Amino acid sequence: MEKFVLKYFNLIRTIIAILIGLVISVCLIYLVSKDPGFSLKQFLLGPFLSRGRFSNMIESLSPILFCGLAIAVAFQARQFNVGAEGSLFLGAAVGTAFAVSTRMPIFLHIPLVLLVAGVVGAAWNYIPGLLKARWNASELVSSLMMNYVAYFLGLYLINFHFRDKAAGYLVSLQLPQTAWLQQFIPDTRMHWGIVLSLVFAVLVWFFLYHSTTGYEVRMTGYNEKFARFGGIRVSRIVILSQVILGLIAGIGGMTEVMGIHHRFNWQISPGYGWDGVIVAIIGRNHPLLIVAASLFLAYMRVGGQVLTLMSDVPAEMVTVIQSVIILLITAEAFLSRWRYGITVREAARKVAAR
Amino acid sequence: MNPLLKSILSTEFGFAILRVMTPLLFPALGVAISALAGATNIALEGIMIVSACAGVLVSAFTHSLVLSLFAGLAAGIALAALLGYFHLKLRADIFLAAIALNLFAAGISIVFLFLFTGDKGSTSSLKSQLFPAVDIPLLQNVPVLGPIFSGHNILTYASIVSVFLYWLITFKTPLGLRIRAVGQNPDAAQSVGINVNRTRMYALLLSGFFGSLGGLYLCMGYVSWFARDISAGRGFIAIAAATLGGNLPLGTFLSSLLFGAVNALANYLAPLKVPSEFIQMTPYLATAVALAIYAAQAMRKRRRKVREGAPEGTP
Repeated sequence: MEKFVLKYFNLIRTIIAILIGLVISVCLIYLVSKDPGFSLKQFLLGPFLSRGRFSNMIESLSPILFCGLAIAVAFQARQFNVGAEGSLFLGAAVGTAFAVSTRMPIFLHIPLVLLVAGVVGAAWNYIPGLLKARWNASELVSSLMMNYVAYFLGLYLINFHFRDKAAGYLVSLQLPQTAWLQQFIPDTRMHWGIVLSLVFAVLVWFFLYHSTTGYEVRMTGYNEKFARFGGIRVSRIVILSQVILGLIAGIGGMTEVMGIHHRFNWQISPGYGWDGVIVAIIGRNHPLLIVAASLFLAYMRVGGQVLTLMSDVPAEMVTVIQSVIILLITAEAFLSRWRYGITVREAARKVAAR
Repeated sequence: MNPLLKSILSTEFGFAILRVMTPLLFPALGVAISALAGATNIALEGIMIVSACAGVLVSAFTHSLVLSLFAGLAAGIALAALLGYFHLKLRADIFLAAIALNLFAAGISIVFLFLFTGDKGSTSSLKSQLFPAVDIPLLQNVPVLGPIFSGHNILTYASIVSVFLYWLITFKTPLGLRIRAVGQNPDAAQSVGINVNRTRMYALLLSGFFGSLGGLYLCMGYVSWFARDISAGRGFIAIAAATLGGNLPLGTFLSSLLFGAVNALANYLAPLKVPSEFIQMTPYLATAVALAIYAAQAMRKRRRKVREGAPEGTP
């Protein structure tokens, strides 16, 4: 048992953090709600109680998952780049502009539009990467700034050049149908972009854990000096990890436009980049665990929406739970005594056995 | 004359700049002091939100400005203390913990709001008090200067006094010296007996103090209610302002002024259908460029030191 705990310590720790988060949510619901039993049921089971809600949950998966994977690549290299938001926004804006102004058959249009969005996102994040690699400038601050610049650039592009003046509100022109990601289940909005995000999860997993460059990324993250000593060109990895982040985030933003709205309709930044940070932390930067974390986040979000609609509890409660979970997971010292105790006992047992 | 130029040259525009600057300057000082201590606090967004929420709720229920001031400060400083506890004691990465606390603040404020008012969106149902506007005697009668500098909210003046206070703390007190020492080289500071964690905690608490004042201004001066997302990214803009100002008192003040001017200008441009996006993005771009220049200079300095034979790591 103790060996088991030691082996899967990080996973167990994450699960305990999530359980504590859920306990707090139960407490909050009892504090706020007049009919806590009903509210609790709506929150926990609501997302599964109707086909519409369930499909909402799956639909909201793809941008979160893309951003989580993007962030994970950078975090694995210990690059605290939060530029997923900007890459997603600008990538989707330029991708939309490209999609609207070109006409080609579907089998060319979809990959090309995704490619344009990805390349724009990647190029955008090349800048904080370069600044970090060359001058050791904080990628956190520079990527944060670049997010704002990307936001205003994207807004300008859409609102002044590709705006649909016939629509009653500020949106881009509609994408030609050849650039739509179709639904794979009719009557829902579950589109192929979601499948693509899952494919990306496997690709990123393969890249990080089964390729030389991925190994170098992880090595740089574990110990930069050691990586350099071992002959890894650290500055290249620093830039590359952030460029990959931008690439994945740009594609992720574009799938949302191509699969759900078929227009660029964000006037405020949608916040998926920050969701990406959340799921990357909960999934501890492991691509396959991030899939689970994204599902969990999507489940909580839909649960929150159900709460707002059906009960007297505000959806923001979900935000509180998320934050508690993240805090506990990032706190390295959380439960570290427990592990220390187990380690000591294990060692003592081994010594005694000898 | 061009109507735009006319409105920019008016005294109202000058007044607007200071008004818009206030909720940026407070959190910018908060970021600056924590950055000086080497524990950059990016949770100012959350600090502003909780202090704004606490301030409005207490003001609405007690009708006491003093109590709401203390409530706002207490809430903001408590959040900063939480950040300090998780970062310094539980060894969480400060950026990730701060991101979590920003989320936490956004959520908990709405939950509390709902608990006390039954409203999920804003406190428009509550009548919050306002910090008073102050006319400065003599100055208010001076043409041009009077309408620009007089008649502001008392917290606007407090923000300018805070710049001085910040200078005083960081450059004229032992604590300030310790804060700067810890930020420059924690190991060296520790070797001469400075408690690194405690010093950083103090810096974070001070950053919570400045940030709370910003939050209080937002909902009890700038407007008179609390709504979700009230700080609208100002806590993040503050990071830019502090970085651009090199975390120094005057620099932070000037860069906050620049951000204020740009935002005020964007407000003026909005109805004119001029693409204000480019003006709005300038300060962020400037910050990114400034960051790169600082970093490049620092790198060059370090290389020179290494060439001259100083051991690596000496500041």
